[in-house]
Amino acid sequence: MKTVVQCEVNGEPREALVDPRDTLLQLLRDRLGLTGTKEGCSNGNCGSCTVLMAGAPVCACLVLAGEAEGAHITTIEGVADGNDLHPVQAALIQHGGTQCGFCTPGIVLSAVALLAETPQPTSGQIRHAIAGNICRCTGYDKIVTAIAAAAAEMQAGARQ
Amino acid sequence: MIVDLKHIGEMCSVVRTPDKGWRIGAAVSVRQLGANGDLARDYPGLIEAAQLIGSLQVQSRATLGGNLCNGAPSADAVPLMMSIEARVEIAGTRGRRMVNIESLPVAPGKVALTPDELLVAVLLPPRPARSAARYLRFTPRREMDIAIAGSGVAVRLGAAGEIAHARITLASVAPVPLRATKAEARLIGERPTAALLAEAARIAAGEAKPISDTRASADYRRELVAVLTRRALDACVAEAGVGGSKP
Repeated sequence: MKTVVQCEVNGEPREALVDPRDTLLQLLRDRLGLTGTKEGCSNGNCGSCTVLMAGAPVCACLVLAGEAEGAHITTIEGVADGNDLHPVQAALIQHGGTQCGFCTPGIVLSAVALLAETPQPTSGQIRHAIAGNICRCTGYDKIVTAIAAAAAEMQAGARQ
Repeated sequence: MIVDLKHIGEMCSVVRTPDKGWRIGAAVSVRQLGANGDLARDYPGLIEAAQLIGSLQVQSRATLGGNLCNGAPSADAVPLMMSIEARVEIAGTRGRRMVNIESLPVAPGKVALTPDELLVAVLLPPRPARSAARYLRFTPRREMDIAIAGSGVAVRLGAAGEIAHARITLASVAPVPLRATKAEARLIGERPTAALLAEAARIAAGEAKPISDTRASADYRRELVAVLTRRALDACVAEAGVGGSKP
């Protein structure tokens, strides 16, 4: 029996018909066409499908679509402001923190969640925050550098 | 049909009980637990242990109840909950019952819940004066790994500085989280000298019943139990000693 789920995705009200067994990941990608969220392991280990629910990072593959009822969800499509990239996105490009790009949407959302709570993270806090995001290309160093640079950029912006 | 239980008030709230303990709804996420300053002051070791579960993404969803009912011998939040003598409230078609956490795990992946029952809350006792509880584990990788051994210790000191009460529960060295009762008995009534704590930790290692598998050998796990238990005891005695903490 399919049911209607109503939620807010990237600030806009959305509605979709879902099966009880559908995941939030399927809702986002297959029903709403938001394919920026990637499917990797499908069991909560790789972090490719990280999105924010009420500001908290979750693996969309571990959330049932039905649980999204009434939820406020942020996906990678909602991170940039129009054509202006989020500082985390800009820093990942500038510091070469992305190669194949498959893990990048998840990394961006983990970093956005971190910086919302911890504007000046230590390198250790950054590494911990992205420990649930597996990247097989970069070796992580450039990602950590990029997130630290984004934090500094956002702090500088906040002071102005 | 799927029913989402995470919108039921008592499942999702953390409240002080009249006896100054805590009632933690079974659906409260580890992320939410960490945000509760009063709970963290009473049981910092519980928050620390819970924050070892999975990634931050997983912690947005993971709960103490889930960690318990998953029935893993390696569950990071369970040894400490057993050592502080937490209980759980279970609701079923025949009413509600309370049980000690210790009686819940029965085998790897199995807990003593019947199919018509649901865990609704974890109940923590009031934190005694001059007490502390800590959980330490070892994982081959620092992040996103499962403990190959762990030790959850709770200690209360008496008026003369002696160990008045001690509980030690071991992770990943038996089919279920395992109390090291002989080690506990060795500690009671004694002054917490370094030699005594090391001896008790050795006894705990002897009580462990580890297996050898691809992740670690039984000998290595037993050695880890000795080291982790000694360090956890050291930490608890130090913390309980500094006035440790009046609730």
